[in-house]
Amino acid sequence: MTEPQHGDRRHSPGPSLYPIGFAAGVACILVGLIINPMVIVPIGVVIAVVCGFLWARDATKEFRGEPVAAIEPERGGPRESTDAPAIPPDRGEAAMPEPDPGERFPRNRFLEGATLGFGAVIGGLVTVPAVGFMIVPAFKGQGYPKVDLGPLDNFTPGQWFVTKFFMHPEAGEVSHRTAYIRNNGQLNGKPSFTIISNRCAHLGCPVQPNGPVQDNQKKDINLPKGQRITMIPAIPAGGYGCPCHGGQYDVEGNRVSGPPVRALDRYDFAIVDGHLILGTPYSVSHVKGEGKDALIYKYKLTGPGEHVDGWEQILYPLQPPH
Amino acid sequence: MATAARNKKSARRRQLEAAINYPIDWLEERSGLIGGLRYFLFRKVPGDTGWWHTLGSATLTAFLVQALTGVILAMYYKPDPQNAYQSIQHITNDLTLGWLVRGMHKWGASVFIILMFFHMARVFLFGAYKYPRELNWIIGVTLLAVGMLEGFTGYLLPWDQTAYWATVVGINLNGTAPFLGPFLADFLRGGGEIGTETLARFYSMHMLLIPGLIFALIGLHLYLVIRLGVSSPPWSREAAGSDYDADEPATNGRSGLTQPAARSGWRRNGGDDV
Ligand code: HEM
Ligand code: FES
Repeated sequence: MTEPQHGDRRHSPGPSLYPIGFAAGVACILVGLIINPMVIVPIGVVIAVVCGFLWARDATKEFRGEPVAAIEPERGGPRESTDAPAIPPDRGEAAMPEPDPGERFPRNRFLEGATLGFGAVIGGLVTVPAVGFMIVPAFKGQGYPKVDLGPLDNFTPGQWFVTKFFMHPEAGEVSHRTAYIRNNGQLNGKPSFTIISNRCAHLGCPVQPNGPVQDNQKKDINLPKGQRITMIPAIPAGGYGCPCHGGQYDVEGNRVSGPPVRALDRYDFAIVDGHLILGTPYSVSHVKGEGKDALIYKYKLTGPGEHVDGWEQILYPLQPPH
Repeated sequence: MATAARNKKSARRRQLEAAINYPIDWLEERSGLIGGLRYFLFRKVPGDTGWWHTLGSATLTAFLVQALTGVILAMYYKPDPQNAYQSIQHITNDLTLGWLVRGMHKWGASVFIILMFFHMARVFLFGAYKYPRELNWIIGVTLLAVGMLEGFTGYLLPWDQTAYWATVVGINLNGTAPFLGPFLADFLRGGGEIGTETLARFYSMHMLLIPGLIFALIGLHLYLVIRLGVSSPPWSREAAGSDYDADEPATNGRSGLTQPAARSGWRRNGGDDV
């Protein structure tokens, strides 16, 4: 199959002024719509219809089998030499002379390199910031705010509370978090709290207390800045269980059975002006003892499913900043 | 009289045909697209290809259905945590035909993945991944991975409990990959926790990034299918992909499994004579 060449046959439509007349008619209509719809628009319509009809007739001449006027050959361009035949491409002097032997940077090499090089630079200038924008923000400005959980008096000593709060009240429901909190009373003259995160140490589902949750004693506490704390007394006598893959934990959050790789995470806390303030979360391999006497094996916060101790910890040498 | 009528009719018919052909010829003369389309659609394939060979095109159709229904769902879906769930409810319960288009997209997603596996199984069992089609197998495996990523990112969008917790588990699963896993998880979430940005992030990946990749990979995949020709089944007497020559005894039999196929479908497709 050879490509059709220009000049193989006559192409209709030939040059014609009708399209211009048609365009003038349309322009006339548009102008008329603004200036004088009653007079100028009809004139424009007439011009457009007449020129359009003539244009269509002209353009379909060949198709309707009418003779088509020969089109003059194109003018302009390189003047055809009348005296000598064209030089075949493999003969004569090339537009760009062959480089001298031994020349290291002939011009075509330079132009090739410049084109590719500039292309790469432009591509890089566009791509690097875009990809950076995609990746970097996920790793910057992370971290955990301090969350006011309300007056200490709400936390009856020795009683577990399912405590729900907003990590970022302005972000709404998506920042709703749950912790299991028990006031352990005093330890060396300071208040002691156990604050266990409900994020399963397997793959992050919300663990539930194994025992009654006293929904009828639910308490809502409204705090400034849209913070709303919900406290529900619970008796997690059987520890905690995960609905997703059946991971089980004891009441201190130690893994008892199932796929989790470590104990439940916990939160730091502080007491400020008689309020319990939630601090940063941290990971825990296991806990010895109970309540205020518990010995907690504490690690930097690590994603669910990642080992913090044992030989497997070498698989997770680095943690993103949070 | 009768002859005249017939003549008149056939003249009109000729005129009609000319009217249909004119724009087609117009396009062909200026672009070669019609010839290209015919080359693509009316390729020669081995005589004993059968239904098994349609699984690839079935997968392609499933993907195109996803692309079409997805684009239209995007006209009504609102990818932010406050509105996502409501907008899905609105599509399903209020908007005319919304339930249907959403259903097509939701069930079609599974159909697409299942067909991909069926197609892959047929390629594997026919030995069609062998020389010279290894590269197409590799592209296929990439398509499989990217296709499943498309499913994963789409699953979050209804923003209901199932969607949310399945995504929590899915992201954390990625997070347990050794060494870079924790960083991958943060990249997917757009931070340390699923938050306001995660949904828009997944939406962008689901509707722009990954489909673009899939389109590009399908283009490469089909380019290779056309260039190399389709292999004949293992039970074929025709040597895989080679010019079938009736005069020559089909010595090597069982093509797909044992025979290297032709290096190019071009010759088989008629070469210069096309
Ligand atoms: C988006 C997903 C995919 C689409 C749209 C697609 C489409 C196609 C089509 C239309 C064909 C030609 C007809 C046929 O043999 O069925 C084909 C062939 C092929 N596909 Fe796929 N495919 C996809 C995924 C895959 C996967 C997951 C694999 C394997 C890992 C794969 C490997 C191959 C191979 C090796 C061939 C050549 C088969 C032969 O020549 O007989 N493809 N594909
Ligand atoms: S997420 Fe809790 S057991 Fe898997």
